[in-house]
Amino acid sequence: MKDFSQLRKNLKKDFSGFKSLKVAILGDTSTQFLSQAIRGEGFDAELDLQIWEADFNQIEMQVFNSDSEMYAFQPDIIVLFLSSHKLLNKYNKLKVEQQSSLATREIENIEAIVANISSNSTAKIIYYNYNEIDDAVFGSYATKTETSFLYQLRKLNFELMHIANRTTNFYICDLATIQNQVGKANFFHTSVYISTEMVLSLNVLPLVAQKTVDILSVLNGKLKKCVILDLDNTVWGGIIGDDGIENVQIGSLGIGKAFTEFQYWIKKLKNRGIIVAVCSKNTESIAKEPFEKHPDMVLRLEDISVFIANWENKADNIRDIQRILNIGFDSMVFLDDNPFERNLVRENISGITVPELPEDPAEYLEYLYTLNLFETNSFSDEDKERTKLYQIEAQRTVTKQKFTNEDDFLKSLDMISVVASFTKFNIPRVAQLSQRSNQFNLRTVRYTESDIENLAKSNEYATFAFTLEDKFGDNGLIAVVVLKKNSETDLFIESWFMSCRVLKRGMENFMLNTLTAYAKANGFERIIGEYIPTPKNEIVKNHYQNLGFEQENDFWFLPLKAYKERTNYITLKSHE
Amino acid sequence: MEREQILKDINAIFIDILDNEDIVLTNETTAADVDGWDSLTHIQLVVAFENHFGIRFTTMEIQGWENVGAIVACISSKC
Repeated sequence: MKDFSQLRKNLKKDFSGFKSLKVAILGDTSTQFLSQAIRGEGFDAELDLQIWEADFNQIEMQVFNSDSEMYAFQPDIIVLFLSSHKLLNKYNKLKVEQQSSLATREIENIEAIVANISSNSTAKIIYYNYNEIDDAVFGSYATKTETSFLYQLRKLNFELMHIANRTTNFYICDLATIQNQVGKANFFHTSVYISTEMVLSLNVLPLVAQKTVDILSVLNGKLKKCVILDLDNTVWGGIIGDDGIENVQIGSLGIGKAFTEFQYWIKKLKNRGIIVAVCSKNTESIAKEPFEKHPDMVLRLEDISVFIANWENKADNIRDIQRILNIGFDSMVFLDDNPFERNLVRENISGITVPELPEDPAEYLEYLYTLNLFETNSFSDEDKERTKLYQIEAQRTVTKQKFTNEDDFLKSLDMISVVASFTKFNIPRVAQLSQRSNQFNLRTVRYTESDIENLAKSNEYATFAFTLEDKFGDNGLIAVVVLKKNSETDLFIESWFMSCRVLKRGMENFMLNTLTAYAKANGFERIIGEYIPTPKNEIVKNHYQNLGFEQENDFWFLPLKAYKERTNYITLKSHE
Repeated sequence: MEREQILKDINAIFIDILDNEDIVLTNETTAADVDGWDSLTHIQLVVAFENHFGIRFTTMEIQGWENVGAIVACISSKC
């Protein structure tokens, strides 16, 4: 999020080509910075907001006089900011017997303002509701006391929602929620208020501006219609292909809670008309299993409009989803725990929103709440039926298109792999990977930590552990090969397994280059591989064939003499 | 914190907020010497100092500074 100085710097930028909207801003406190922040925030939303600002405390004068400057400006939007502070000042001056009618009288005033604007203009109204101030005169007893300020303020906020609910052109910008998020100490800056008559702190201005511009964008037709979900470690904890349906984390225990609550959120979005799609690197039948069979899943297949699970590039898959749904990329939100996938999608699909989900799944929801991604300007019965419509549409469309510039993309990643033999530092992770890898695992040999230690010591074996890092971050240790010295000429690949997180990155080619270099340097003449099928490792069925090995009976052979380095874009960084 | 360092830090903040690379502050610099340092940008500067040094000024302090030296002294007394 940009701070206020950065938003102000936006003011000097080129707004040409952006949709222009006329916005009148009226407040009972100083709105100068707010106006600047809103225009600056508009730049990032590609809106050229032409702002007319009333001199402060002129609301009634501008609204009730049909010849006023404000009406002459012919605004598309009128932003009204009557502050809690001024409301408190008003309350302070009331006689005790008038205090209990503060909210009612304010509502009457607001209704009169709305009526006047509606008869003089077609402008839509954005009204800032009241951030709470507790004057602590009654303590918690204020909630039982109609004459207390807090009671009146809350009543006013509630009644405002009634007005919004029945008035088409009246929208509330929910300042109260912003204060809940940041806390009053951050929302209101006393010395700034005393010096300038501004009731919003500089630190909160960007949030208020953003929430205002969110509404403006939506009124202008820019809204999110679809959320695309990754599955493993996004919708549930763990990796379904490796861990199996009985071991993924959802439900009421531990971190499972976080995923369950996340799913409820998605379900609510779906019920309010957001299309839910799935885009996962998985075998389709395995990915669908929890939706069909897991008792704790909140989301079910009927909630998902388009379900894509395969091993293709996610950018391609999202393009397919877009073709099926026929909505703009800028109306899509992609949620994925994996920074690599997020960046791939972000870099290849312009317009799509890809939130930087926090590392800890427990924080997903709290973070997503702050983004206000699903601002809307309507809600109807049709919204609830949308999912079904798109499901039918999805069945019609079965197209796949290849990502066109994959090489360029891989090059741009600046990938680095550290290769090491097994050491006491990487042994625990090597063992873990050997236990967890089910899909990309050629022979599915499981090693314990002490097995790994023995391999490391043995002269009959050569061991390789690979990490992968790119400009976006470090994936850590993601692949392992164990070579057995069968004879002076033959190396046998006893194990080759890899985390599915790094599929399609050219890692296989890089690894084979590493193995052949080792083999040649040590006088070996060929490398022998074997694929042992399991219910889960079908994705590596053609692994050795793809790498140029030749099959004889159940084994795959690679003569080293004729071996040509395989193309990849990963730089070797040797360890030890 | 050393006053010299504080002066350096706030000089950088002035450059950023007022968007003017040429600003060179001394202890004697006043608002009249710096283009764009008006009552509104003053508030931005004050908040930027607060965020940068992790301090809060009182209302009286903000209104009482005669020159940059006074700002530096005030910050120095808080961190």
